[in-house]
Amino acid sequence: MIEVLTGSPLNTIQDLGRPRTMTLGVSRGGAMDSAALKLGNLLLGNDIDTAGIEVVFFPFKIRFHADQAFAVTGARGVARLDDEPLPPDWAAKARAGQILTLHAPANGARSYVTFAGGLDVPVVLGSRSTDMKGGFGGYQGRALEAGTRLAAFPSDAKDMPSSGYGLAHPCDLPENVAEVRCLPAAEFDAFTDDSQALFFEQLWTVTRTANRLGYRLESETPLSLRSPLELLSHGIVPGTVQVPSAGMPIVQMADANTCGGYPKIANVIEPDLRLLAQTQTGRQIRFIRVELDEAVAAIRAEAVRMHELGLALQSARTTLLAR
Amino acid sequence: MIRISSAGAGALLLDAARGAFNDSVQERIWAVARRMAALPEILQAVPGVNNLLIVFDTIQYDPAILEHSLRAVWEDTLVDASPAREIVLPVTYGGTFGEDIPVVARFAGLTEEEVIAAHVSGEYRVAAIGAMPGFAYLTGLDPRLAIPRRASPRVSVEQGAVSIGGGQAGVMPCTSPTGWHILGKTEEILFDAQRVEPCLFRLGDRVKFRRVG
Repeated sequence: MIEVLTGSPLNTIQDLGRPRTMTLGVSRGGAMDSAALKLGNLLLGNDIDTAGIEVVFFPFKIRFHADQAFAVTGARGVARLDDEPLPPDWAAKARAGQILTLHAPANGARSYVTFAGGLDVPVVLGSRSTDMKGGFGGYQGRALEAGTRLAAFPSDAKDMPSSGYGLAHPCDLPENVAEVRCLPAAEFDAFTDDSQALFFEQLWTVTRTANRLGYRLESETPLSLRSPLELLSHGIVPGTVQVPSAGMPIVQMADANTCGGYPKIANVIEPDLRLLAQTQTGRQIRFIRVELDEAVAAIRAEAVRMHELGLALQSARTTLLAR
Repeated sequence: MIRISSAGAGALLLDAARGAFNDSVQERIWAVARRMAALPEILQAVPGVNNLLIVFDTIQYDPAILEHSLRAVWEDTLVDASPAREIVLPVTYGGTFGEDIPVVARFAGLTEEEVIAAHVSGEYRVAAIGAMPGFAYLTGLDPRLAIPRRASPRVSVEQGAVSIGGGQAGVMPCTSPTGWHILGKTEEILFDAQRVEPCLFRLGDRVKFRRVG
């Protein structure tokens, strides 16, 4: 049993979300930094789609009421098991009574706490992810409040090295200006030549309203269309960069509405959505234009990297346990 | 006639709009969506209003091949022959849930009663489902009620609010922000994740409103 000690309307249970529910109007949802959640699960020998906690509000504290293997990945902040600091991207075993504390990160915006076996909450529409808009999934369809008690499924990965273990080279997080790759979208050519160039040249600041629904960005010069456009509502995927009439782009994220009507200038490629998700408010990003074949190659390379990481961690765990 | 553009490396948007909303184009969209959704390489086929988004697994399938099959299926598909159901939603007009009726009346040059009459007598059709869980874009709104969206959206509108916006009608399935104008309220539950069929509406359903207050 795990008890949440610090409540927040932003910390939620997430897995990899719902890839087939757009026809119900249900967002994909899932971890905003899906690579960090996958890593947290692979460290514990879990399936990559296992539910953990996405932490956006710090400090975040949980108490373990039973021995439990867990991992902390994602944003780079101080994490302590009682008084013992944990390295980044690290798995460890907590004893009953111990408290895990995650402090506000110096770099990155979202941390993930995963548990061997995964969190035992009901599967709704094919996922354990919390859908705040619909009020379902996760823990009773809402964020984690102080006092919430969660159970993890049993797992043989509880037999992990007592010292804990993790990545010698933790995952990259955006430093300074994150470079976010994207493809031009349906209305790219409807923007003025200047706006098309500015979109890639200007640095864009992540505003305070950035959340799981969307990242509103700001820069000096707003983007403008050659002439006003009235679009009928159409399906949009996470990563879609919409430009409302004020000219400041909004990148649609995991919990975005599944349909929209604003002109779309670009789509952030899937593996780079995590860079946005890990960019703190007030920091800047730059959009980098790629061609379709580069985007496809990047997506496939990321899948291969994750697969190889899983194999490497599996053999590392076996070796450590045999000692 | 149609435009297909990439919506990232894992999705394609087929846009068949020719200006204003067209009913027969929409029936073809539904039929194409159904055929595309049956292909193993498609994760989801999402009808919009005179357009269709298909989402696929880029790790296994090339966007160029998917674009080719989407175009081929479009050329080879006419209309959807599936029978339409009829759904009647009881609505209480006015009061706290009809705060925009006076605004719509001024816009349309009608009395408030005439606005209600125009809305309740409409024969609507579920063109697309999306945006929010269970939200349906209902076509068939009396053109006199085609008021633009509010200049600034309301931060929170309650579940069940019966609304109009952008020339279409809708009902709020959950409490959420919206820029649409509110005319009344229904007690029907439009979405419940625990139901076998979570959405009350299906594509193509014919929808009528019945005044209960």
